[in-house]
Amino acid sequence: MLKRFSKRVWDGRWGYVFIAPAMIPFAIFTAYPLVQGLLLSFYKAGVNRDKWKYIGLKNYTNLLTRDPVFPTAIKNTFLFVLGVVPAAMIICLFVAVLIYPLSQRKQTFFRAAFYMPVVSAGVVLAMVWVYIYSQEYGLLNYLFETLGLLELLNEGEKIGWLAQTNTALLSLAIVVLSWSLGQPLILFLAGLGAIPEPLYDAAKIDGASGWQAFWKITLPLLRPTMLFVLVVLTIAVFQVFVVVQLMTLGGPANATQTIVYRIWVTGIVGAKFGYGSAMAVILLSIVSLVALVQFKLLDRQLT
Amino acid sequence: MAETTLDYSRGLMPGDQVLRRRYLVGRWLRYLALAIIVALAIILLIPILWMILGSFKIQRVALAYPPELIPSNPVMDNWERLLIDRPSMRWLVNSFIVAGGIAIFGVLTSTCAGYAFGKKQFPGRTIFFWLILMTMMLPRQIYIIPLFVLMKSFGWFNSYQGMIAPYIVYPFGIFLMRQYMQSIPDELLEAGKMDGASEIQLFRHVVLPLSRPAIGAIAIFAFMAGWNDYLWQLVMATDELWLTLPVGVAKLTASGVGSIDIGVGMAGATFAFVPMLLIFLVFQNYFIKGITVGALKG
Repeated sequence: MLKRFSKRVWDGRWGYVFIAPAMIPFAIFTAYPLVQGLLLSFYKAGVNRDKWKYIGLKNYTNLLTRDPVFPTAIKNTFLFVLGVVPAAMIICLFVAVLIYPLSQRKQTFFRAAFYMPVVSAGVVLAMVWVYIYSQEYGLLNYLFETLGLLELLNEGEKIGWLAQTNTALLSLAIVVLSWSLGQPLILFLAGLGAIPEPLYDAAKIDGASGWQAFWKITLPLLRPTMLFVLVVLTIAVFQVFVVVQLMTLGGPANATQTIVYRIWVTGIVGAKFGYGSAMAVILLSIVSLVALVQFKLLDRQLT
Repeated sequence: MAETTLDYSRGLMPGDQVLRRRYLVGRWLRYLALAIIVALAIILLIPILWMILGSFKIQRVALAYPPELIPSNPVMDNWERLLIDRPSMRWLVNSFIVAGGIAIFGVLTSTCAGYAFGKKQFPGRTIFFWLILMTMMLPRQIYIIPLFVLMKSFGWFNSYQGMIAPYIVYPFGIFLMRQYMQSIPDELLEAGKMDGASEIQLFRHVVLPLSRPAIGAIAIFAFMAGWNDYLWQLVMATDELWLTLPVGVAKLTASGVGSIDIGVGMAGATFAFVPMLLIFLVFQNYFIKGITVGALKG
């Protein structure tokens, strides 16, 4: 038994040689920190290593019952996900289906336009949008004024998009949405291309309208792509950080605090390693749970 | 029915008298929908345009209301201050080294590991692959604190190795490369073995040349991930000279609300945007290939 196993290991030795360049750094810079983070979350740990002290679940209980900000951060993070992910999926599906029959060149234009915010990076977009959202001299208020919307919404007063609690989160979500469209669109277009043509011909012969063909053929066959997009997008939006750090610093009145922003403020800037790690573990649990549910969904759809 | 294959590359116009596919609704609704999409595309491009225009405005113009849509008196002051007064060239070099390093390491580790996971039999293969795949699904922020503590003990703040090291392994690249390797016929490798090639020779002279398209996609994506990464580089660089471009330009304006210098900020944002834009324009096809390969075959 053992002999046979060691023979298989020996026969596969080149496999180990080839995964080593990836697995060794993986162990040091990913696996070890993951385990360390889990352990740290049970400690009161600061800059001074000698003063690290085991405190059991206290970080967690404090986070969930006494922390004045963290529950809000969890809520806001979920609002981001629940707002941005469905919006991005619906917009991308709509756009993909409509531009799919267009010529290659027109498709390329749209693809590039929607992909541009992905290329330009969160930092760049966050900086521009701060300027656009500005209450005093922002482009958005100017557009709204020109279109008569300020009159309609705010009695002609300029809106402080990032300064008001009722608009700040939405304003940030729109920026995140703007860079969440590029990849799903490309994936949906590829998914549409993979649907066999004769299906549509048959539907046409049977007298199905374009709309019916969409519900009965396009949507069901696009489902694997949709679920892939759903999982990837959800995980990406859970990490929302740049917009918060560059545009609102979590304010006004904690209206835009998110989990990752709290991890950074508490764990890195505030050097509360244990407390911050507990936040990270909570984020890990949430993301795993959500991904698991989505995977179950994916499994059921595929079988 | 046989004549329904259409040459979409020629550009089929709405209204053509052929059996068309996948048009949802009638002609006018379709035009309306297209108009909405064009508007959406323009909305997505406006911020980028506004940024470029803003980089040529002096503070007084930038703060004007109603805003000057096209700066009537464009100035280069902001660019001068960005390029001469700030170590922005150093930031550019830092970004290229960090993103380039991440791309090179990402390609190396992904190709080797992807080859092993796709083509080799060895005990533990599935477990190792799932370990990697799982971290692809996890936000990096989850272990950023212990990683920060680790880097502290290494003394790697303000260094290239500190910014690159956590990205040496690129899980998406390994995943993509494994998919790609599985599409290479075994016969090709067998033939090489028959000719007496060693494992290393086989990898260098057969596997590497065959996987060139996947390598291109991985290099581009790893580079973009490295270039656009913000949080980790923000954590690692404390000295102004060690900032990367996104972190550096972000600090241009994040110096307290009220006194922000918009023109310089916009010039900085433009400066950080242009290199990635050029790369995107040149390698567009690799982007699309990379995004779709991973999803459709997975």
